Amino acid sequence: MEEERHSYQVNHLAQLESEAIFILRETAAQFERPALLFSGGKDSIVMAHLARKAFHPAKLPFPLLHVDTGHNFPETMEYRDRYVAELKADLKVGLVQDSIDQGRVQEEKGPLASRNALQTVTLLDSIEEHQYDACLGGGRRDEEKARAKERFFSHRDDFGQWDPKKQRPELWNIFNGRKHHGENFRVFPLSNWTEMDVWQYIKAEEIPLPNLYFSHDREIVHRNGAMLATSDVVVPQPGEKVETRTVRFRTIGDMTCTGAVDSDASDLDSIIQEVATARQTERGTRSDDKRSETAMEDRKKEGYF
Amino acid sequence: MSHEIPIDDGYLDMDLLRFTTAGSVDDGKSTLIGRLLYDSKNTFEDQIEAVEATSKKRGDEHVNLALLTDGLRAEREQGITIDVAYRYFATPKRKFIIADTPGHIQYTRNMVTGASTANLAIILIDARTGVIEQTCRHAFIADLLRIRHVIVAVNKMDLVEHSEERFNEIVAQFKEFASRLNNIVDMTPIPISALHGDNVVDKSTNMDWYEGPTLLYHLENVYIGSDQNHVDARFPVQWVIRPHSDEHHDFRGYAGRVAGGVFKPGDDVIVQPSGFTTKIKAIEGFKGQESEAFAPLSCTITLEDEIDISRGDMISKPNNPPKKDQLIEAMICWFSEDSQLSPRSKYILRHTTNEVKAVVQEVRYKVNINTLHKIEDDKTFTLNEIGRVSIRTSAPLLFDSYRRNRTTGSFVLIDAQTNETVAAGMIV
Repeated sequence: MEEERHSYQVNHLAQLESEAIFILRETAAQFERPALLFSGGKDSIVMAHLARKAFHPAKLPFPLLHVDTGHNFPETMEYRDRYVAELKADLKVGLVQDSIDQGRVQEEKGPLASRNALQTVTLLDSIEEHQYDACLGGGRRDEEKARAKERFFSHRDDFGQWDPKKQRPELWNIFNGRKHHGENFRVFPLSNWTEMDVWQYIKAEEIPLPNLYFSHDREIVHRNGAMLATSDVVVPQPGEKVETRTVRFRTIGDMTCTGAVDSDASDLDSIIQEVATARQTERGTRSDDKRSETAMEDRKKEGYF
Repeated sequence: MSHEIPIDDGYLDMDLLRFTTAGSVDDGKSTLIGRLLYDSKNTFEDQIEAVEATSKKRGDEHVNLALLTDGLRAEREQGITIDVAYRYFATPKRKFIIADTPGHIQYTRNMVTGASTANLAIILIDARTGVIEQTCRHAFIADLLRIRHVIVAVNKMDLVEHSEERFNEIVAQFKEFASRLNNIVDMTPIPISALHGDNVVDKSTNMDWYEGPTLLYHLENVYIGSDQNHVDARFPVQWVIRPHSDEHHDFRGYAGRVAGGVFKPGDDVIVQPSGFTTKIKAIEGFKGQESEAFAPLSCTITLEDEIDISRGDMISKPNNPPKKDQLIEAMICWFSEDSQLSPRSKYILRHTTNEVKAVVQEVRYKVNINTLHKIEDDKTFTLNEIGRVSIRTSAPLLFDSYRRNRTTGSFVLIDAQTNETVAAGMIV
């Protein structure tokens, strides 16, 4: 038989892609109002790309939701708008500024203030406003220790909270998205991917990225052991060291808490090389994780991404 | 669609191996995983710094590599592991996904969960205690979940003077028990010391008598290519793609993940439960049409004839369809702490992309998983209990035995009131 001679080898990227597409389709099928969280960062770009493949040649059966702190890199916003137009996708934006104006959250004071933690309230408000019952996120288990225990289909109670001790077991390919009224799910199709897998997939699929990910000269300020890009929202304080360096960003989030790394990596091959030899974890540049040893766990329980 | 990812560099083309680790509380499981990550250079400076700081704070003698795998605050405070955690590492040969399951009371549930997606299980045995009840339980679960490859890692060899006799004795004990199991086709015993790193990544200099592979070498080289079923073509329909656009006006694609066998354009297929037959028109990819699709790839199939097909239907070959029945026999593992299973209990049964109502017709027996003896006088399942039941469903299921196909032979039971997943099932 011909079929027995065939090796049917499937490499790791094809397996991860197939799994992620399965989860995306499962989300569309099991939920009434899903949305895909889209920040313009590389993980959400990969998610949108996978979603496009999952439902091709139809359009995405769910909108993209951007929780916008108002402190974005301009490059991210340009990329977002261009990509959304190309996908012909429906983009919804939840503004942290609105949550602040409505008195829903208190903005942190002082030069070191970050809106990162405030995003949770805006996210939960957006979920409530649009009645989303599942939000697809690009979170990966390799990113952080609390995320290592996250399910593909992660159940949240009426308050958007995650209870790590009461998670549903997930076996085989079977995902239980049943819920009571008011509850919702976060769904993580990239759970089994590592940072390296994401970069390799971007290369294999030739997915364009915002140029922030590639090395460039930029004015940065040293703050709390991180190098932050100077801007309207990151204003150097007296005594802080400001200089221009050749840097790139390993993750892209809010400008107030996303640190740059020194790098000459100007194309995907050199980035993959750099990731392979990196001495610090990817989120090592994120000051939001460094506030305490359980910073991520605490934020996740509250309903963070 | 996926297998056409252009591969122009070696590092883009790695195998993927999923494994689970089983051991009792003090067998050194977390230390072993920490050692694997550390010695294969898959840890980062900031992680090591955090672990060093915590070890110091707790007053540990060595830098405690087990801390690399500790997740949640409650676990670090109590020094235990609560739930299945997934770890990732890669060598130039393979990418690995570890399902790390804790050794305490909820162990069975967690190990069953971790084992359900694993190709291989590492069963840890403390060289001082040898094969104990829990070892047998771990081997039984690995076998029940149809894990074909098992590494018997005899740990803490440094505490038995690296004795060859002791190692051989333990391996013999294990083999004697394992001879009663069915699915394990490949069993590799390795003497290790996770604490000191002997035979984990680097070959031990303390055990010259051992001529076999190190743990990592075996993980990198064990052949898992034949674990998928490429004989029985199975395609559970997950989602129907209808673009309703001018460009793709009449397009009607069936999206899903191949659960077995191979599909090609022109193949005769049968759609169940309706029973209609037709041919495959095309296998649609993102960048054009594909010549074939096989497990475990996700794809979109179009058919020659317009047939009414929806989620939960199964596409297969007319000469080799899955079984179709409203009565199934299955082994189940009970997961719920809050409720019990007894005869006549009703649940929602989720199988592939299908969902039906189900009633437990009869409890045949439960298994004492330490002795493998059948228990026939107690018909109630509580947390972590395993046994055989017969189930009647509200609509026919399209299934294979779990032994033949892990995807079309597995299901979960869901409590309709709480929506919790209360049991895992494997069709006999």
